[in-house]
Amino acid sequence: MPGTTKRGTTRRTFVTGAALLSVLPLASARATPDAMAAAIKEVVGDNAIREGRMTLDLPPLIENGNAVPLTVSVESPMSEADHIKAIHVFNEKNPQPRVFDARLGPGNGKAAIGTRIKLGDSQKIVAIAETSKGEFFSASADVIVTLAACLEDLT
Amino acid sequence: MTNVLINAPKTAKKGEMIELKTLIMHPMETGFRPGTNGRLIPRNIIERFTASWNGAEILRMDFSPAIAANPFVSFFAVATESGKITFRWTGDEGFAVEESVAIDVA
Repeated sequence: MPGTTKRGTTRRTFVTGAALLSVLPLASARATPDAMAAAIKEVVGDNAIREGRMTLDLPPLIENGNAVPLTVSVESPMSEADHIKAIHVFNEKNPQPRVFDARLGPGNGKAAIGTRIKLGDSQKIVAIAETSKGEFFSASADVIVTLAACLEDLT
Repeated sequence: MTNVLINAPKTAKKGEMIELKTLIMHPMETGFRPGTNGRLIPRNIIERFTASWNGAEILRMDFSPAIAANPFVSFFAVATESGKITFRWTGDEGFAVEESVAIDVA
């Protein structure tokens, strides 16, 4: 077989492969932020979401995604007339977009919740708070995860 | 035997804001992980956590598999009256655990 033909084939295969490779990860990575957006829409509906009044605390660099401390708090008088009704937390790249949904009331005095979550990848975490007046506030945090949750059994 | 740890003050002034911390032993198996035989380990999580003060619900939380194993939750409550704070966890495979702590409000 002449060398030129062989080289041509190899290059064509390489180019096709490279093109496929560059397209595939993009396509799969886009699917889950959409799922998060859909999950947020399910909670918020057509209401406007405002930034602020809310803090979402989690370490920016996470060594172990199996237990990530997360605290979320919202400024609110927490009175009968004006309180935070619910706090929802969402993620982009875990298998499911929801993390937790908490229902609060004036009996809490302070709208703050701390817990530990699992993170499967470096991603963006979004928290949404719903007030008793029907307003929605949000806060988000970007985290880098070096050891993802769910992988320890595969090795 | 389920181990539960609850950190709550024994006494509080009326109207004082207290922090409650709870921890429960539970694997929180997501249902997305393959086991040693290559098949997925079935999901086994706590789905709901509630806290009530003398029967009145003060917090209700729905967990997803993204909550870490041995779920820890901390939150606040306003001390209104003496009595007991009851914490309840329910989930897959009929999991149901209830714990109470007594509190004196002066």
